[in-house]
Formats: sequence, C-alpha cells, structure tokens
Amino acid sequence: MDTKYRMHLLVCGGTGCIASKSSQLIQLLKEELEANGLEKEVQVISTGCFGFCEKGPIVKVLPDNTFYTQLKPEDAKEIVAEHVIKGRYIERLLYVNPETQEIIRDAKNMGFYRKQMRIALRNCGFINPENIDEYIARNGYSAIAKCLTEMTPSEVIDEVKKSGMRGRGGGGFPTGLKWEITSKSISDQKYVVCNADEGDPGAFMDRSVLEGDPHSVIEAMAICGYCIGANKGIVYIRAEYPLAIKRLKIALQQAKEYGLLGENIFGTDFEFTIDIKYGAGAFVCGEETALIHSMEGLRGEPTIKPPFPSVSGYLTQPTNVNNVETFASIPVIILKGSEWFASIGTEYSKGTKVFALAGKINNVGLIEVPMGTTLREVIFEIGGGIKDGKKFKAVQTGGPSGGCLTEKHLDLPIDFDSLTAAGSMMGSGGMIVMDEDDCMVAMAKFYLEFTVEESCGKCAPCRIGNKRLHEMLTKLCEANGVEEDLDLLRNLSVVVKDTSLCGLGQTSPNPILSTMENFYEEYHAHVFDHKCPSGQCQSFRRYYIDAEHCIGCMVCARNCPTNAITGVKKQVHIINQLICIKCGVCMEKCKFDSIYLN
Amino acid sequence: MSKIKSLDDLRKIKAIVEEKMKLRENSANSEIHVQVKVAMATCGIASGAKTVMEFMIEELEKRNITALVIQTGCMGYCFAEPTIEVTMPGKDPIVFGYVDTSKADQIIEKYIKRGELVDGIIPKNYESI
Repeated sequence: MDTKYRMHLLVCGGTGCIASKSSQLIQLLKEELEANGLEKEVQVISTGCFGFCEKGPIVKVLPDNTFYTQLKPEDAKEIVAEHVIKGRYIERLLYVNPETQEIIRDAKNMGFYRKQMRIALRNCGFINPENIDEYIARNGYSAIAKCLTEMTPSEVIDEVKKSGMRGRGGGGFPTGLKWEITSKSISDQKYVVCNADEGDPGAFMDRSVLEGDPHSVIEAMAICGYCIGANKGIVYIRAEYPLAIKRLKIALQQAKEYGLLGENIFGTDFEFTIDIKYGAGAFVCGEETALIHSMEGLRGEPTIKPPFPSVSGYLTQPTNVNNVETFASIPVIILKGSEWFASIGTEYSKGTKVFALAGKINNVGLIEVPMGTTLREVIFEIGGGIKDGKKFKAVQTGGPSGGCLTEKHLDLPIDFDSLTAAGSMMGSGGMIVMDEDDCMVAMAKFYLEFTVEESCGKCAPCRIGNKRLHEMLTKLCEANGVEEDLDLLRNLSVVVKDTSLCGLGQTSPNPILSTMENFYEEYHAHVFDHKCPSGQCQSFRRYYIDAEHCIGCMVCARNCPTNAITGVKKQVHIINQLICIKCGVCMEKCKFDSIYLN
Repeated sequence: MSKIKSLDDLRKIKAIVEEKMKLRENSANSEIHVQVKVAMATCGIASGAKTVMEFMIEELEKRNITALVIQTGCMGYCFAEPTIEVTMPGKDPIVFGYVDTSKADQIIEKYIKRGELVDGIIPKNYESI
C-alpha cells in the first residue's frame, strides 16, 4: 500500500507550461522534498492544463488551495522551505488581480474560475493524465461499464440524443443523430474516428483535453463503437502535438493492460481497439472527408457529400467522426444522465463549451462555460478584460472560418445559433480578442493569408478566389486600394462562399464579410481617406520632422536604413516620403522628440 | 496489472485510488468540510505542532470526519503553541492554544463532533484574507 500524502502539489504539465520549464520545476520540487525528508508526506503530481496559461507555470497546493503563478524552477526551494515546511504563503508568487492589484491566494476566489463549469475539462489540472487509476477514481470507465452491462446500443444512442449534445468541432451536428445514422448503416466493418486535427490558429482545446485527460476520449470512443457496432477506433491527430500523442499512447497502453481495450471488455463479447494516425498539420484535414482520405494514404482533399462518412467513410466503410471535445463530454452524459446535461445551456445548444482565449486579453487561456454565457462575461469577467486598459474592439470567433463580433454583440448569449445569426460561428472554440489598435482590414488579410496557404487547391473558387481576395486586401493595406475593390471584394467573397466544394472555402470569406458588415468605415477610410484608422497598416504612416524642435543632430539620418532623411548639420532635416519604408527607427532614435506620425 | 473483467473489479480499483485522492476532492469543496489549521512556524514546531498535526490527520480519518488539515505559518500566539484554528462549515473560526494530543482529542470529540466548546480558546484578534 502506498503512502497517504497530507499535501498534494499539482503542477501544470501542459504544453504551454512545459515550454516555461514546468518539468524542471517538478524535478526540483521532488528533489527538495526528498532533501527535507518529506517525500512520503507531500506528493507532486504533473497534471494537464489548468487553463490559466497566461500565468504559467502554475502550482496548486492542496489542501489549502493556494495558487502560485509564473513559477521558475528555482522557486522550488522556496516553496518547500516556506510553504511546505513552515506553512507560510509566498506572497510574491501569488496571483494579483490586474484590475484591483489585490492579491488572491485561493484559486476559488479568482474571477477566472468562478464563472466556469468544467465538463469536458473536468479532469484537466486535477489528475495525473499518465495514471489510469486516477481517471478511474474520478468515475472513469464507469460509463462504458454501464453501457455494456446495463444498456442496449439504442438506449445509449437515445440518451445521447436526449442530452441535446451537438458536435463540438464546429459544425454543431447533433451527436446522437450521427451515431444513429452510422449504427443503421449495414456493414461488417465500421470505424470510430476521433478528429484531433485541430487547425484553427490560436486554438488548443483538443490538445489540452488529450494532454490532460486522454482516457475520457478513449472511453467515449469505445462507447461510440458499442453504439454503432464498430470494433476499431482511430485517433487522427496532428504530428505537431507530440505531448498529446505521448500521453495518448501511454493511456492506450494502460487501458489495454487493464483489459479496457481489446477483447471481452467487462466480461462481455464487446471488443474494441484504437490506433493512432498522424496528420501533417493541414487545416483542410479537419474536414471529415479530407481527414478520411488522409488516413487512407491519399491526398488530404475533401470530396462531395453525400455519401456521408456514416454511410461510406474510411476504406468505404461506415465511419463515425467526432471531435475530441465531443467525445470527452460523453462519459459524463452517460453517468449523470441526459436530463442533467440538457438542463445546462440554451434551448438548442446544451451543455458547456471550451474556448481558447487569445489575443489582447488579460487572461489568455483555456476556459469552459455553459452555453448561453455572454461574450461580456467571457471576455471581461473570466478573461479579465483587455490588456493594458485599452478599449475592446472586436472578437473573432470560429477562427479563419468565423467572423468578428463587436461591442454591440457583447451581451449576446453564446451558442451555436446565436453566433451564426450574428454573422460569425461557434467553430471549434477559438476566441481572438482585438483592441482599438487592431485594424480590421489587416485582420481579414491575416485570415485570408491562412486560408490561401491551407486551401488544398482542388476546386477553383477556393484555390483562385481566395488568392484574389487576399491580393485585394493586400492592396488595401498597402494604401493602393480603389473604390471598385470594395464591391469586388464583397461580390467575390459571396461567390467563393457559394461555390466552394468544402467547408474551408465555404467559410473562408467570412472574416471579410463580417468585418465589412461591422467595420465598413475602416475599409472606406483605407480607400477614400487614405488612412488606417487604427494605425496598424504601416503603408499609411507618414513620419514628419517637427521643424521647431529639430536641432539637426543627424542621428535620424545616420540610422535611417534607406537614407530617406536628408539635411545638413545643425539645420532642420527632411524625410523623403517616397523612399521612407515607415520602419520608425528615426522616431525611436531621436532624442528630442521631434519626429511625429501623421 | 491485473485485468479488469467486471464492474466490481473497476469499483475495487476506484475505491483504493479514491482514498488516495480524497485530499484533492475535499480541497475542491473546502467550504463544506471542517478545516483545521495548525500553526507550524518555528515556535509551533518546537512545541510539538507536527505531532499534533499528524494526530489530527490520523484521528479525524479514523473517526470518519472529513476534514482538511492545513498547515499554516505563525498565527502570532507564540506563547500558547501549539495552536490550532478550527473552522466548522458556515461558522467563524475558533483558535485553541496549548494543544497537545489529549487536548486535540477533546477538540475532536467535543467541538468538532458536538459543537461544545473546550478550554483554551484564544480570542481571535485578526482577520485574514
């Protein structure tokens, strides 16, 4: 029997925190504890993501719930000497509320956690993802046991249908219905596929679930297999997620050793195995038909639906594709019941949704909130508001396929339908927050750059149309836009949307259309007023020398990389606008503040 | 690792590991449990606070009381060490001084189980965050 520890130190072992040296921190904490003879009293656990990535690496001390942030490996000594041995809180490592400057010791009192409700992330930051026993202690594998021993496949499907669960990958298709359709397809061999090809820039929901709680996905895939009559599961995961892959492999191995995967699971004749297939990180492979082709060894290109994968998918067999987060929620639905799940959320969007908060927001990180939570709550209460006290301008939801929402949408309850109605979409859950310094035209250009890169090139509207859209946006940002471009941009966007083959092209112009809808004045200003209102587009910048202050020291002229500044010593200098590349070096170097922007 | 062949096998593992992880579950719901803070600064440790803490952890468990035993720094009552602060759910914390194992035993039996006060209460003279 192992020792029972009186104190637990939970250390975040997600990709973000590991990048900030949390592995070394864990190592040093263990060494320090050993040096003080405390290794039998205090346990150090490497967990999945706590979500509070902005302030990582994070250590949570239990039982007192003390939350230490932004730790460095060298802090290990102090934590053991002060907190573990003497019970004193280390004030300089505690979280400080950026708005009130108040120190918060207990994670429970942080606005970031107060409004959250964690279903898919229930075990992230709580268990050691590399230890199957800890998952079992949190009711793990009880859901599959219940399904196999007490329920028929159609009863399980009914339960999932009644819960109102909709696919978390972006489409929002009812999960139970998808399972039912696949279960009705007749075939000797069916497949369950987990889509872990998370491609939106700034999104890391699926990665965190797989890193923090891989068993929940494994369990749910087996449940799905039982429902649809499949004995093979495949996780399609991008190779850029090495930690998620490593933990998933460990989890698969442990599940196999316990007999929770393989033949005769829980003494029944149900059999299920899971393989991993690696993707090369192509955005389009998140689309289910492209994903299936990639798994088959073909080019990752989508094909027209129907036939849907539930009829003819992997190796032309019926295949059920669900996203990581969808799977992670399933065991809870089975154990707590569909009614419980359906009581959370809005009328047509049930349960909770994980969002990755990024951009100009104080608390960058991973959150999970009930459907129907407003954008204001997410951005200002959980997210802690906009960085550096700047003004909120817009939030991009749904990644490159989504749209931007503005101040007038702040009180909108977030769910699948409300976001679509507002001209954006839920997508997989990326939320990029922009402040007053961000140019919306440049933002649209950024996303188009991404879709141009990621378009597989199979259909002309997406391959050529997006390219042309990107060129027009570049023209606007480089101060060369003309009036006709605006109409053309809008018309072509609509054509690309209407005529593209798959979801990538059908949604890629959304950032343009929604910014044109909500921030038309910025497009107008780029063309007609020849300026970028937020000042982000460099081409519109004009640097001038203030003749009253310039003393002719020549520092700016000497530092200008293009020799655009001319002037004689002790006389006022002049910037030649035709040669100036707007790098701003002159302004930086001038000691007399005599260079200004228009 | 032996195989899990039935729900019972699963429950057995669950029961064992759950026990080890109880501290984490309880901490997540700290407000509904009894909280015992043991002052463990130099003065406390020198007067035997560690023995008291270990006694509390073991005995509370043996007597089936779910409690969080938290080690804290100096509470300022160095004259009365070891000191412990007991917070019953929904009630104000009460500080007891000169706690040895027999006093700790009384505190569990009288105060924590039945809500009766015991000798040695120190009036609290601070507020904590």
